[in-house]
Amino acid sequence: MDSGKNFLMGVYEDEDVLLAAVKNVRSAGVKIHEVFSPYPVHGLDDALGYKRTRLPIAAFMFGFLGTILALTMQGYMLAIDWPMIIGGKNYASVTFVPVTFELTVLLSALGMVGTFLIVSNMRPWAKPRIFDIRSTDDKHVMVVDLDENKVSADEITRVLNNSGASEVNPKQFDDN
Amino acid sequence: MIEEKFDFTASLKKKLLITGLVGVVLFVVGVIAVMMGGGHEEAAHGAAAAGHAAEGAGHGAGGEHGGSWITRVYANLWINNVYFAGVALIGVFFVAVQYVAQAGWSAPIKRIPLAFGNWLPIAGILMLVIWLVAGHDLFHWTHEDLYVEGGPHYDAIIAGKKAYLNTPFYLARMVIYFTLWFLFFRWIRKEMLAEDLEGSTQHWRKLVGISAGFIVVFAVTSSMAAWDWILSIDTHWFSTMIGWYVFASWFVTGLAAITLITVYLKEGGYLSIVNSNHLHDLGKFVFAFSIFWAYIWVSQYLLIYYANIPEESVYFMERLNSDQYAPVFYVVLIMNFFFPFLALMTRDAKRQVMFLKIVCPVVMIGHWLDFYLMVTPGTLKESGGFGFLEIGMAIIFAVTFLFVILNSLSKVPLVAKNHPMLEESMHHHI
Repeated sequence: MDSGKNFLMGVYEDEDVLLAAVKNVRSAGVKIHEVFSPYPVHGLDDALGYKRTRLPIAAFMFGFLGTILALTMQGYMLAIDWPMIIGGKNYASVTFVPVTFELTVLLSALGMVGTFLIVSNMRPWAKPRIFDIRSTDDKHVMVVDLDENKVSADEITRVLNNSGASEVNPKQFDDN
Repeated sequence: MIEEKFDFTASLKKKLLITGLVGVVLFVVGVIAVMMGGGHEEAAHGAAAAGHAAEGAGHGAGGEHGGSWITRVYANLWINNVYFAGVALIGVFFVAVQYVAQAGWSAPIKRIPLAFGNWLPIAGILMLVIWLVAGHDLFHWTHEDLYVEGGPHYDAIIAGKKAYLNTPFYLARMVIYFTLWFLFFRWIRKEMLAEDLEGSTQHWRKLVGISAGFIVVFAVTSSMAAWDWILSIDTHWFSTMIGWYVFASWFVTGLAAITLITVYLKEGGYLSIVNSNHLHDLGKFVFAFSIFWAYIWVSQYLLIYYANIPEESVYFMERLNSDQYAPVFYVVLIMNFFFPFLALMTRDAKRQVMFLKIVCPVVMIGHWLDFYLMVTPGTLKESGGFGFLEIGMAIIFAVTFLFVILNSLSKVPLVAKNHPMLEESMHHHI
């Protein structure tokens, strides 16, 4: 994610132009590093050729963990460690359902949010690179990593310009 | 865009008719089997079965066994009619919900649930007739001697409910529910069809208002209908959850029916606008409301289980302590919650017709069994059973229901071409 140091950024004014540009740039053989937009652009994932997120799998795993945790916790507390007979009921019974349900939902939700923050490079201690601050305002910014591409910088600049970019700017990072 | 119209072909009618005949045969075989199983001394001349069946009603009044088969037929008529009346009602409710939510995605499929409403008048008449014929056998509270103070069968609890549970008021309520539902259905239908011809957004705006009105009426009447038709069977028992419970069961069944018919129409080459995104939404509905049903189920069971008050827990005792009903009790939970929950969980499952074609029928049968479990133990006690009689009758009802709604579906354009959100629905993408 934070691999390269030299980037080229195409700035677009309009989401339709951007969508067409993404397709054109990719078909010209240029690999797109990332696209930043001020709001979700419908169809951008498909245009970029992204695979579907595997977040639901993480959600299921965390949810399942919650189920196991809830059942183990209640079983241990109420049936093994200190058997509690409440109202003449069995130790382990349908009364476990609410807590099991809540813990399943809780762990599924928290786990999903946590996973999302980590894979999206938004964890609290992350220092995300800001390519162009205007992408949080009114510009769509397409970022091309020069180290990732075998095509020359001049050629990429030409492709970006042809695709409808209002400006093409270089960007360098000295960190890492 | 070309106007689509569902063609209710002769071959499809023939298929339905054959299925219906299979149902009739199963039903007759089932009735004979119950009669022969009931009266052992009559096994010798059981061969003259069909003719015998007609006599059975009068004959059965004497012997206790002879009476059980006719009561079983009554109970099944009640189960099926309540079940399919619910599906029809849910059709109208679903349309109303889409309008009130101002949903765009459902624009091309709204005619399918709308067609369900055509079953409402038939269900209403059947309900009235079945109740007049079988009400006395099915509903304990209709017995006059329960209300005679000081009499041998006087029941203070039931007598205390007389202000609500008495035959004239009961029948009046039944008529009011169906009249209201039917009138709202006709009103919604009229506006939807007028939109096809005139094509202004005026109808859509009006429908949002009508639908909001219907949902208010539905909220009250569906809950009261559940008390009348289901809860009053077990007169001594009470559950504040039953209105929601019956609604949840109806709603899942209705959603599964809408999904299934949409899938089959799509496969038959209709509904060109509908794609896997729309099926995904329908699948989500079935998935979500299966969980909702389970949530209501637990809400009802858990409190009764925990409080363990005899007059509440007797309902579950009748079911769990019975060799007949206990298996159904668990099967219902598996078919209606665990199976759809796991099978429809992934995105792909909801987008593939294969999964929907397996899950939806399972859920519909599961909820039929749910109604079976609500009605049978209270009406037939331990003499209830599950055999060809139940299967045959359910098939007859299902075929008739399908026939009516497919027939009405073929009368109007399948897609509302002037629906203001049709364009949005075409680009629906999730």
